[in-house]
Amino acid sequence: MRAKKEAVVGGYVHIEIAGQMHRVYYETAGAGQPLLCLHTAGSDSRQYRELLNSEALTANHQVICFDMPYHGKSSPPAGWEKHEYRLTSDLYVQTILSFMDAMEIHNPIALGCSIGGRVVLHLALKHPERFKALIGLQSGAHVNPYYELDWLHRPDVNGGEVCAGIVSGLIGPNADSQDRWETLWHYMQGGPGIFKGDLHFYKSEGDLRGMVQKIDTGKCPLHLLTGEYDYSCTPEDSQDLARLIPGSHFEIMPGIGHFPMSEAPHAFMNHLLPVLQRIQSGQHK
Amino acid sequence: MNTKQTTSNANEWLVHRGRFVNVTFLLKKGEAEYLVTIREGSVVQIKPGPHVMPRWTFALVADDDTWQRFWAPEPQPRFHDLMAMVKFKTLKVEGDQAVFMSNLLYFKELIQQLGSQIHAS
Repeated sequence: MRAKKEAVVGGYVHIEIAGQMHRVYYETAGAGQPLLCLHTAGSDSRQYRELLNSEALTANHQVICFDMPYHGKSSPPAGWEKHEYRLTSDLYVQTILSFMDAMEIHNPIALGCSIGGRVVLHLALKHPERFKALIGLQSGAHVNPYYELDWLHRPDVNGGEVCAGIVSGLIGPNADSQDRWETLWHYMQGGPGIFKGDLHFYKSEGDLRGMVQKIDTGKCPLHLLTGEYDYSCTPEDSQDLARLIPGSHFEIMPGIGHFPMSEAPHAFMNHLLPVLQRIQSGQHK
Repeated sequence: MNTKQTTSNANEWLVHRGRFVNVTFLLKKGEAEYLVTIREGSVVQIKPGPHVMPRWTFALVADDDTWQRFWAPEPQPRFHDLMAMVKFKTLKVEGDQAVFMSNLLYFKELIQQLGSQIHAS
């Protein structure tokens, strides 16, 4: 029997971000309109494994994912051991643009989940001309901390176990068991303090309240998709966002939680493909 | 499939995962209080109140309706997970949370299973 081999290709690219060189891992599949996918806090691009393998998507899209520095197979920069990792809006935006420049990705659709869903709002504000469209999954202007973040990074608590424990309920209750535990496995493998450092952007520094009203969907279309069971960024949070941004398009994904592409990839495709068709046909709403 | 056998194996695996857990915690359901004692991952006692001078390390406090919703066969969003209930302030975690947070996946599953026993008590 021939072994199943995926058509996904991986590689490393060396890019300068905020004055420091970084070794960044990426995966890509398909050809056509670039679709740049951004993973959640404390995880990596394995969350997009099914999108990379979806023929419905790769037939006319080049799906591209990368692991942010410190995540997955991307290295932390030199000197990481001397300070606490903290993601900021500027660093995140620079990372995305530097990766696009290095990989010569032009006019992509950027799709981001959670922190990725937040950063697409920053991209919409600061660099709308560089994107064909933006898709925010579990996207909100702000999330208040609802637990003590120090639990995520302390030597007497296993970081992998506690990070998975924190996010496990964010997965919809009917998710396929294998997809649920694969999603948690990524969290169990995160480096010490990295999930917490990403949440600095998500729950503190990257707050866009009072700013999202300035997003101009005439410059770059914005689509928002949010899972019903997400209690970190709730459907109401995304609904509020959609109300504040004229021309944005918003849908709730029933039965799904915070990680649509990883916990319920097939159900998610039923929401994503129509959005991509709208973008392709130039239909904004 | 032998459901009883499957459940038993699942419990054995849960006990294994909690093999370093030795604690007594309080589960408060409205006015009702249960002191749950765990030794090496196994529940050895569920003691219903009223209690005189109870001793516990941490407490999970929610009203009766919240626990009923949590233990429903298909819980609605916001009642499907302990941390979801913490976020929406329908559940309070009190006391020393170290053992709870260090074994969060274990406790999430254990509390789920405790529903049938506490309903029956």
